Amino acid sequence: MNRLPAPMGLLIDRNKPLTFSFDGNACQGFAGDTVASALAANGRWLLSRSFKYHRPRGPLTMAGQDANTLVQLPDEPNVLADECPLAAGLAVTPQNVNGSLEKDRDAIIGTFSRFMPVGFYYRAFYKPKGMWKRWEPLIRKKAGLGVLELRFEPTYHDKAYLFCDLAVIGSGPAGLSAALHAANGGAKVLLIEQNPVLGGSLTYARFGLDANVAMGLREELVSAVQGHANIRVLDSAVCNAWFADNYLPVIQGNRLYKVRARQCIVASGSFDQPVIFRNNDLPGVMLTSAAQRLMRLYAVKPGKRAVVLTGNDDGYLAALDLLDAGVEVAAVVDMRERSDTPGLITAVQAKGIPCHTGHTVYEALAGKNAQHLGAVDIRRIRGQGKVAEASTRIDCDLLCMSAGYMPVYQLLCQAGGNLRYADEHAAFSIQNLPGILRVAGSVNGRHDLQRVLADGQRAASEALADLGLEATAVAGADKDDSRVNFPWPIFAHPQGKEFVDFDEDLQIRDIVNATRNGYRDVQLVKRFSTVGMGPSQGRHSALPTARLVADATGRSVSETGVTTARPPFSAEKLAHIAGRGFDPYRQTAMHRRHVELGAKLMPAGVWQRPAFYGKAEDREACMQSEARHVRERVGLIDVSTLGGLDVRGPDAAELLERMYTFGFKKLAIGRTRYALMTAEDGVVIDDGVACRLGEQHFYVSATTSGVDRVYRSMLKWNAQWRLNVDIANVSAAFAAVNLAGPLSRQVLEKVCTDVDLSPEGFPYLGLREGKVAGVPARLLRVGFVGELGYEIHVPARFGEHLWDALMKAGADFDIRPFGVETQRLLRLEKGHVIISQDTDGMTHPAEIDMGWAIGRKKPFFVGKRTIEILEAQPLKRKLVGFTLPKGSSKPLEGHLVLKGPDISGNVTSCEYSETVGAIIGMAYAGADQATPGMQIPIRVEGGEVVQATVVQLPFFDPESQRQEL
Amino acid sequence: MPFSLLKYGLSSEYPVEVDLPAPKELKAAYDVVIIGAGGHGLATAYYLSRYHGISNIAVLEKGYLGGGNTARNTAVIRSNYLTSEGVKFYIESVRLFENLSNEFDFNIMYSSRGQLTLAHTDATVRAFRQRAEVNKHFGGRTEMIDRQQIRELVPSLNLDPGHIPVLAGLWHIDGGTARHDAVAWGYAKQAAKRGVEIHQLTEVQDFVVENERVRAVKTNRGTIACGCVVQAVAGTSSLLMNKLKIKAPIHTYPLQAMVTQPFKPFLDPLVSSSALHCYVQQTSRGEIVFGGGSDPYPLYNTRSTLDLKESLLASAIEMFPFMANAKLMRQWAGITDMTPDYSPIMGLSPIDGYYLDAGWGTWGFKATPICGKTMAELVASGGKVPELIAPFGLDRFSRFQQVNEMGATAASH
Repeated sequence: MNRLPAPMGLLIDRNKPLTFSFDGNACQGFAGDTVASALAANGRWLLSRSFKYHRPRGPLTMAGQDANTLVQLPDEPNVLADECPLAAGLAVTPQNVNGSLEKDRDAIIGTFSRFMPVGFYYRAFYKPKGMWKRWEPLIRKKAGLGVLELRFEPTYHDKAYLFCDLAVIGSGPAGLSAALHAANGGAKVLLIEQNPVLGGSLTYARFGLDANVAMGLREELVSAVQGHANIRVLDSAVCNAWFADNYLPVIQGNRLYKVRARQCIVASGSFDQPVIFRNNDLPGVMLTSAAQRLMRLYAVKPGKRAVVLTGNDDGYLAALDLLDAGVEVAAVVDMRERSDTPGLITAVQAKGIPCHTGHTVYEALAGKNAQHLGAVDIRRIRGQGKVAEASTRIDCDLLCMSAGYMPVYQLLCQAGGNLRYADEHAAFSIQNLPGILRVAGSVNGRHDLQRVLADGQRAASEALADLGLEATAVAGADKDDSRVNFPWPIFAHPQGKEFVDFDEDLQIRDIVNATRNGYRDVQLVKRFSTVGMGPSQGRHSALPTARLVADATGRSVSETGVTTARPPFSAEKLAHIAGRGFDPYRQTAMHRRHVELGAKLMPAGVWQRPAFYGKAEDREACMQSEARHVRERVGLIDVSTLGGLDVRGPDAAELLERMYTFGFKKLAIGRTRYALMTAEDGVVIDDGVACRLGEQHFYVSATTSGVDRVYRSMLKWNAQWRLNVDIANVSAAFAAVNLAGPLSRQVLEKVCTDVDLSPEGFPYLGLREGKVAGVPARLLRVGFVGELGYEIHVPARFGEHLWDALMKAGADFDIRPFGVETQRLLRLEKGHVIISQDTDGMTHPAEIDMGWAIGRKKPFFVGKRTIEILEAQPLKRKLVGFTLPKGSSKPLEGHLVLKGPDISGNVTSCEYSETVGAIIGMAYAGADQATPGMQIPIRVEGGEVVQATVVQLPFFDPESQRQEL
Repeated sequence: MPFSLLKYGLSSEYPVEVDLPAPKELKAAYDVVIIGAGGHGLATAYYLSRYHGISNIAVLEKGYLGGGNTARNTAVIRSNYLTSEGVKFYIESVRLFENLSNEFDFNIMYSSRGQLTLAHTDATVRAFRQRAEVNKHFGGRTEMIDRQQIRELVPSLNLDPGHIPVLAGLWHIDGGTARHDAVAWGYAKQAAKRGVEIHQLTEVQDFVVENERVRAVKTNRGTIACGCVVQAVAGTSSLLMNKLKIKAPIHTYPLQAMVTQPFKPFLDPLVSSSALHCYVQQTSRGEIVFGGGSDPYPLYNTRSTLDLKESLLASAIEMFPFMANAKLMRQWAGITDMTPDYSPIMGLSPIDGYYLDAGWGTWGFKATPICGKTMAELVASGGKVPELIAPFGLDRFSRFQQVNEMGATAASH
């Protein structure tokens, strides 16, 4: 095992060994390890194959920030091995390999890379015409990374809201310092840390010749934070986005916290940046910070013989870390001509480490094991990206590289921040942040530890001031003078394979050639080359791409910029965002009874309603017999889902007058009237019945699926009109049934004694209030199904009671329940339209013969002007009734009505009616096809055209005598 | 290995093929100025230069080429709309798409993998049947299919999400997708070859109008005289029209979409659910793309929101439960100019020589070729509106002759 002694290994628990498997081989690790750290401890560096060329890849960042470590778990593809906690028995396998990880047959693709220049797929695979159809499946198979297990069942994930004065994102030295300062000033602070322990760079980096500076400072700050009453810590938690007004999604475990923070400080740090040279992707080549993480967090010795390639002083300190861990350091290769810190190089040389300034690694060379680093070729730098001919070869199995740092700007860009590149520092900085958001630490260009701490305090003081809390004055930190970024760490090689984007296997020439093809804008470079589009979303490619594109197009890096960083910051499981399944639906107060009676249920908007009572396969028979029963005896249907709106106030009638097409001012108390609603464009959008309960009180019904919209629209219009009226949506407060059929009066008489139910005492379209089965009820005599009938509305809690009472009272009359589908058949026989079934987004009243429902003398109603204009135009189509003989092919709803070669309309309702003895339906037809007696061709299933006969509506009881009994 | 790639491997120097020419100075005058170098604007320029002999054209773009909704849409191509006017128009577009790669000599990766839309209510079944019938009537390939057929087509789909089981599906065999950026690049490349100038980072700020005729456009790089102007600026159509005081019933909403990491292919057709307001497809790179309905309030902004992501992904998991473990990589937004009838506004405007290509809501990408072709005919004829787009004129709103596609648009895009 490659393990180092304590105190190395901050995260691992050596007392808890764990066994897991990788690619079928059993391996050992410790609790606290990640899969990648445990594999490294077992000497396994090869983790994956690259996306396109299938090149061997090993850990790059050891921080879950690159695609090199993507592995497959049985249930989960694309798992970051350097982030995934080790668990006993975990079965880890490589993904996207053809053959084995060691011998991947697709690695041959890399040798043909010259034939696959940037955007090669735009240049081929389409000739002759139609060839893409053949190529696409082959190319698709090669694309993609891991495999989604299609039988996987989602596991539990939930959500919670959190509120705080100040959210601090990142618990490195800047974040800890900011959190403490703000908490001391009285702010309630939420500190969010991605790693299992607090400290950020203090947990792995070295801040001076003395190795213990960071550890001591970390202990001091962390213990202060953890004991602080004003600070809540979320560790192993990632803030994955910044949404407007500091709305922060934070993922921890299986929970998504939705955080509302009054103020926010982003102390997200910076990403170590790679150097671009040939074979910079070879396992054994890693970021300097990755080697430091391996040592300090996991006690893993990252190699035996190391070379450190650096663009700043930090590389020298890392070399000392390696030395302390017993790694032979063959050389520090510094791309700069000199160090910024006097005496640093001498001190390192004094430890026996050779230092080469003004040099770079020009090529990494594979060792005996072709899949791991064996040596590096170093050369003197002769200008931007240019090197001398003379080369020195240094054998090594580890190359630590760092060209500098890129601020972790993702959340800040989501908040509207812009990146500006300062040439003198060769670094990006962030401008134009919203006032409720601040940055501190290395994301803000501070790298020296004291400056970082001061910068955290400065940001906290500013936030405190904005929170209206007293802040102790602090001296802000000036900007570092030292330059941490090497301006051009990009060394093209004639044979290529210098990777700018590891995820997408993009080399220097791919980026440059994209600009030569004319894709000069960095956004176009991205889209054409796919740079930055892979799983790591440009964390390591954005900076070199900006530099390369700027250079190739003769612009500044600032002008060139980087592509937009969109949420999420790191890949997030759909399960986290989706949370617990939420499947709202509604059942009426009588639902239990429907189930007991064997109803076939159907969704109606958010409701569950009985379609009919019986088995699904007996639909036709059930409907016909339920319908016959209503026509001959008595039936009962639950209509609780109908919308109910209570409209009260001096202007109640005026509101209805304007909202609906009919007139309501003169409607007598105790009477109901049909209410048709049109939109401003004259289109019919809803209907119902308006009941006048008092001078200033109406009860208005609306369609099941339309009531919410109707209510909203009433509120909206009333806000404009400022009428003296109150509108309440009381749909849920009432349960209702329709008792219909020639015997319905007799049934009702048994349970309602305080209302005169005689035809004279309670005529058609009347409204009464009384008691039914002992509970207060509103009774409406309406006739949707065309029979004598009563709509009975009672408080919802009495719904079941009402149902039971009526069923009991009706037993002597052979009462039977009927469902929605039966009701549709019954109303079809009467030619009554159902809004949104027999009307569509264009239907205006004249098309459905509803001219009678329009109050012509009213000065105004919504849609009036349009209806007048439309009525003045020749009618194009009309809703007609049609019949077809029994036994003819039955048109389905949606089938087309034809006129010569054109479509003139469509069938909106169609059923066989036993009562009529024919197939009956309604359809839109051309206005010149709408005269009763005409034949209209309807194209039914299988392309057959049937000739239906247009008839006058209704199909049944033309004088409508039955409902008025 | 296709022959066309041999030259890259065998030549010592990279054989540069310039798709998009380098920037040039603006000229003082052009015959045609097209505002907006997205798919529509570039397509119009291409058809004008290739088929009408008009190439003294400037295409002006305030950002980068194809960076608006062309870059942001989810690349659905389909023709299964509801109205005769709509279906005839979009069917022509699908036909043009089939040929584009070869016409451009540039692979736009047009992929006719079919589009499946799920019906969860009887009302939707009715509407779908009508769409299938209308589509077939005009030569498209669309069928109603039942649960068993759906299961065979997409075995990984959950047919019983919550309390809204899938009842049937609208299977649009002609439905497909293409590499959306490549469509813009292909048009740009071929238009530029014929002399069309494409000016990026060139923003139109105002117009010179004399006697109700547009004479020039004022840009951040100076004023250009012009014979006529085509506006093709999806997302900001109303803002540009405001400068000319042209009133249009456009309301602008953000429309968001998101994409996962790449996975090995498991889903061929594009699948959408009418009830769950969710649309899913797997790209040729293996990523899963999700789209849904527009945002609930109007805004000229491409910010992302958490709310939309939460509801959309909850729906996605209802449809494909195993995707719970897939990881989202990116979320973004476009800006959509919605019209009351969910159909575009194409054709003449109250200003002579000013042609409108606007109101593209969520249906713009799929119309790119036919839109370019018909707009080119309109421009080349000096304002004679081609029959195919006559129903889409701005004046249809004042004539109350809308072309209602609301029911066929919603979450299917």
